[in-house]
Amino acid sequence: MREATESLQDIAEALRLAVSLVLSGDADLVEIVVLSLRVSLTATAVACAIGLPLGALVAVARFPGRGTALVVMNALMGLPPVVVGLIVYLHLSRAGPLGFLGLLYTPTAMIVAQTILIAPIVAALSRQVLEDLHDEYAAQFRSLCLTRAQVVGALLWDGRYALMTVALAGFGRAVAEVGAVMIVGGNIDHLTRVMTTAIALETSKGALPMALALGIVLMALALGVNAAVHGLRASAVRHAYV
Amino acid sequence: MAFSRIALVSTLALAAGAAVAQSDSILVQSTTSTANSGLYDYLLPAFESESGITVNVVAVGTGQAIENARNCDGDVLLVHAKPAEEAFVADGYGTARTDLMYNDFVIVGPQGDPAGIAGTEDAQAALSAIAEAEAPFASRGDDSGTHKKELSLWSGTEVDPASGSGAWYRETGSGMGATLNAGIGMGAYVMTDRATWISFENKQDYEIAVEGDEDLFNQYGVIPVSPEACPSVNAEGAQAFADWLVSEAGQDAIAAYEVDGQQLFFPNAPREGTDG
Repeated sequence: MREATESLQDIAEALRLAVSLVLSGDADLVEIVVLSLRVSLTATAVACAIGLPLGALVAVARFPGRGTALVVMNALMGLPPVVVGLIVYLHLSRAGPLGFLGLLYTPTAMIVAQTILIAPIVAALSRQVLEDLHDEYAAQFRSLCLTRAQVVGALLWDGRYALMTVALAGFGRAVAEVGAVMIVGGNIDHLTRVMTTAIALETSKGALPMALALGIVLMALALGVNAAVHGLRASAVRHAYV
Repeated sequence: MAFSRIALVSTLALAAGAAVAQSDSILVQSTTSTANSGLYDYLLPAFESESGITVNVVAVGTGQAIENARNCDGDVLLVHAKPAEEAFVADGYGTARTDLMYNDFVIVGPQGDPAGIAGTEDAQAALSAIAEAEAPFASRGDDSGTHKKELSLWSGTEVDPASGSGAWYRETGSGMGATLNAGIGMGAYVMTDRATWISFENKQDYEIAVEGDEDLFNQYGVIPVSPEACPSVNAEGAQAFADWLVSEAGQDAIAAYEVDGQQLFFPNAPREGTDG
């Protein structure tokens, strides 16, 4: 076993590597980064398309078994990525019911897995956000005699800034997970390798500084996406009050 | 799971257009040792430029690779567990199995050598000594080729390692590299294939303790997945790849691959026209 100082040197080495990787515009790294963003952003978009309306609907609707539905929805936020990966694998495998599509070991399979993983997060969090908002506006909505669809639309629009944070929570979960994309993507070089599976690979090669360097790049990436959304939101708010 | 179904179906509908539909590509289900050691990065460009076929590699443990191939999720199987490979062919999933190359397993350990096995050639005696000393031993524990080999070695000793499970016998349930990381982190002996060991970058103070036993022989085989069992496979591409690997060009390429001046794999495909 090594001295503690050597491990610290690894971290310094990783920082140096991360900087030089980014500055050199390493083609393999660019490819992996682009695929990571493509997969996780697409999954986030699809998860929002499903989760936001669903969350809004559950927020305003009153139906028998609603309490149970809420508990289930919240519990699904904790779906283990590796289990989602297995379920999607079993569906998309050539031996599975959707095997004829030939989607296993493609970016599409990874998008499917991440969408299943984060759609419940988007739905459950947006339900909470929109229900609070709905309680605030309930009397007003009633006085305007809005239909349920109009209420849902108004809530989604009024809550849009909070919902951006919801979407970011989903994106964060998607871009950081490795269990699902490893199984359904296969970590194939130049085809399905993303940041997290590349980090797992470098770790298993014992190339710890390189693994950590990729981790630093991934965190910088997440920071960049969050900053972009923050900037978007800030400028939208400014325009709203001009 | 109705909700997941909806998510699945709508995503498929959305993303179907983006599906990768490469007809002239094959998928190889393979082991972590061949992929992590960089062999494919060295071999594949030569085959790809010659044949125009893109080769994609999924690197998992041998047990999982065989299972994936049984599900028809691969065109070629390249692993190292001869009995399991022969069963795969006998069950009709593979067209034929060919010896491809070999190297050997070694047992690595910390410089302190708590079980006093450094320099031993007898692998089973070394394992017995480790169990006797109750020195930590990190096992793959994942049904991989290396794990199967390790269990077969234990079965020739008086020791049942399962009795020490969780104590001195530690099953990581992970790939070769992850098991090396874990084993080195806790000062445990690890049995690894030599290729992974030579190319492993986090060796710290570890050295090879046991090597040279005939029992540590590590044979790799290649099997094209049968189009009869799996109509979806790219049978032509798979056969072309398998043929190339055992051809003189492929065997020479395998022999030429070195890390740190050391050859990692030794080609031993049967030569055509000879008895060997």
